[in-house]
Amino acid sequence: MTTRLAAAFAQDHAALVCFVTAGDPTPAATPAILDALVAGGADVIELGMPFTDPMADGPAIQNANIRSLAAGTRTTDILSIAAGFRSRHPNVPLVLMGYANPMLRHGSAAFARAAADSGVDGVICVDIPPEEDDALGPALRAAGIAPIRLATPTTDAARLPAVLDGAGGFLYYVSVAGITGLQQAQQSSIEDAVARLMDATDLPVAVGFGVRTPDQAAAIARVADGVVVGSAIVEIVAAHGADAPGPVTTYVRSLADAVASARKVVAA
Amino acid sequence: MNVPNSFRTQPDERGHFGQFGGRFVAETLMPLILDLDREYRAAKADPAFKAEFEDLLEHYVGRPSPLYHAERLSAALREGAEPGMGAQVWFKRDELNHTGAHKINNCIGQILLAIRMGKTRIIAETGAGQHGVATAAVCARFGLPCVIYMGARDIERQQPNVFRMKLLGAEVRPVESGAKTLSDAMNEGLRDWVANVHDTFYIIGTAAGPHPYPEMVRDFQSVIGREARAQMLARTGRLPDMLVAAIGGGSNAIGLFHPFLDDAEVAMLGVEAAGHGLDREHAASLAGGFPGVLHGNKTYLLQDEDGQIAEGHSISAGLDYPGIGPEHAWLRDIGRVEYDSATDQDALDAFQLLCRTEGIIPALEPAHAIAAVTRRAKTMRDDQVILANLCGRGDKDIFTVASALGVAI
Repeated sequence: MTTRLAAAFAQDHAALVCFVTAGDPTPAATPAILDALVAGGADVIELGMPFTDPMADGPAIQNANIRSLAAGTRTTDILSIAAGFRSRHPNVPLVLMGYANPMLRHGSAAFARAAADSGVDGVICVDIPPEEDDALGPALRAAGIAPIRLATPTTDAARLPAVLDGAGGFLYYVSVAGITGLQQAQQSSIEDAVARLMDATDLPVAVGFGVRTPDQAAAIARVADGVVVGSAIVEIVAAHGADAPGPVTTYVRSLADAVASARKVVAA
Repeated sequence: MNVPNSFRTQPDERGHFGQFGGRFVAETLMPLILDLDREYRAAKADPAFKAEFEDLLEHYVGRPSPLYHAERLSAALREGAEPGMGAQVWFKRDELNHTGAHKINNCIGQILLAIRMGKTRIIAETGAGQHGVATAAVCARFGLPCVIYMGARDIERQQPNVFRMKLLGAEVRPVESGAKTLSDAMNEGLRDWVANVHDTFYIIGTAAGPHPYPEMVRDFQSVIGREARAQMLARTGRLPDMLVAAIGGGSNAIGLFHPFLDDAEVAMLGVEAAGHGLDREHAASLAGGFPGVLHGNKTYLLQDEDGQIAEGHSISAGLDYPGIGPEHAWLRDIGRVEYDSATDQDALDAFQLLCRTEGIIPALEPAHAIAAVTRRAKTMRDDQVILANLCGRGDKDIFTVASALGVAI
């Protein structure tokens, strides 16, 4: 199933990776929001698994987690949302992003099997670094799911091989040392880091954290294989609730257009 | 079960205590955690570091803390016991430390490490405020800026400690997320740290968090057990029959227990907060939790079927945490330490009993340990010895206790 991810990153423009929190504002509302992401031109879907203690997230995604859990979102709901998405969109890759505890609650093998059965292509677990890969990585790989690793500005050259060992899908470069949604890194530092990462791996490199505007997305698309946008979409969902699909599509389309034209500028 | 030759050789180099512990943090923090581990090993092997730590413990903290035979409490408990029963109760008096609790032992160690690493800004989380006050004190002592994250609900019930922290020059940042208690303060501390890794040192207050914190906090707090062991031998020529300590994250308990772990004749009892009762709201993660991952380590957690963390409850803000240090999780599973619990009401009763029999106002945290002592003493012979850790004083809790007793101050 990781072939869907490979195909998404093999297009003639950078892949647009879009994040929303599952179950925000309700589990019933999420499928239409995911469809809106695809309609706007998202190439990869990141479906956030809500957690009571999202310690790597800023206020926007923290609040999305609170809304989702308040609406009663269960892990089974998230897997159903993924399975429904897979049947409607057979070719659009979907990755789950979240924290270790909900993923490990009934054992890593059970989670990996359930995710694979729901058509999930990859998993990003924020608080399982390579040093603790045993906790989840083997189960994901056995189930054919890509364990997507994070690299950050603090990941130096000495550490990078450890991060890449066992990694799959794509490498997610977190461009700022900080929590989600607050600020964006300097473009020059992103370019240096992406070049360094691309030298070290054949995996596609996607860049996220703090990306909000089409211009920012385009600037990253010129140098990276993918652009990740999260908090800005989550804020639209927060503002519009169940009526979010329309505004989400409009916003994502503005990003997708910018990303698509970015590579053309380079080609010309 | 595979029982090791020594109970004192954990964790392994990856920070695992059996299946517990580890380093479950975001990638941004990993390089810093590895750096901290290297620096801690180097400091541990450095006689100058040890000398400075011990000098500050003696002259700034006021160590060694006394070992005290609570004869009137022992006699009171014996009254309700069968003839020949009713153990002698002794206290390790860490409530007499500077800033009023055992927390300062660890803060001294960690701030020396922070300075050694060239960090220029200190952050910490606090529940009852004891760790916050201790951190603020050492920051003032070493002239480092200090930010304390504290749940908004804890701020309400621990006003005296909030003011103490401010007097000591710390900035107290209220945390409004979640249940607004210790766990949420720890989340916010981690968020600050991840955004300020270059200059900031996070002084974690309990023997939990990512490796090497559980080991490091234990080592700094083990001064409690080393002193108590030597003092007990000097005073009575024998080791105690049972050690008792309250457990939130478990730093005072592991500090007392660890130096005794290989003394097979010494039984140990950790006392969790049973809140309104184990069948209702409580904070007893061993009694009512399952293994999981939170705040950097794998341990027993109060959580639901989906791995969502439950809100702990205890009258004691310092015990109101949904997890427990990973070494306790391991010691429970291998059977070396027994764990029990005491309710809010048990703690309030024990609090008043100690006030009246010994003239000591304990914090609500060790009041849970004393509650367990009152139960256990009656089941032990009158020539047996219980040593309990009186890990904090109760000045901070008088408003909470007054309110629970229906008294207007």
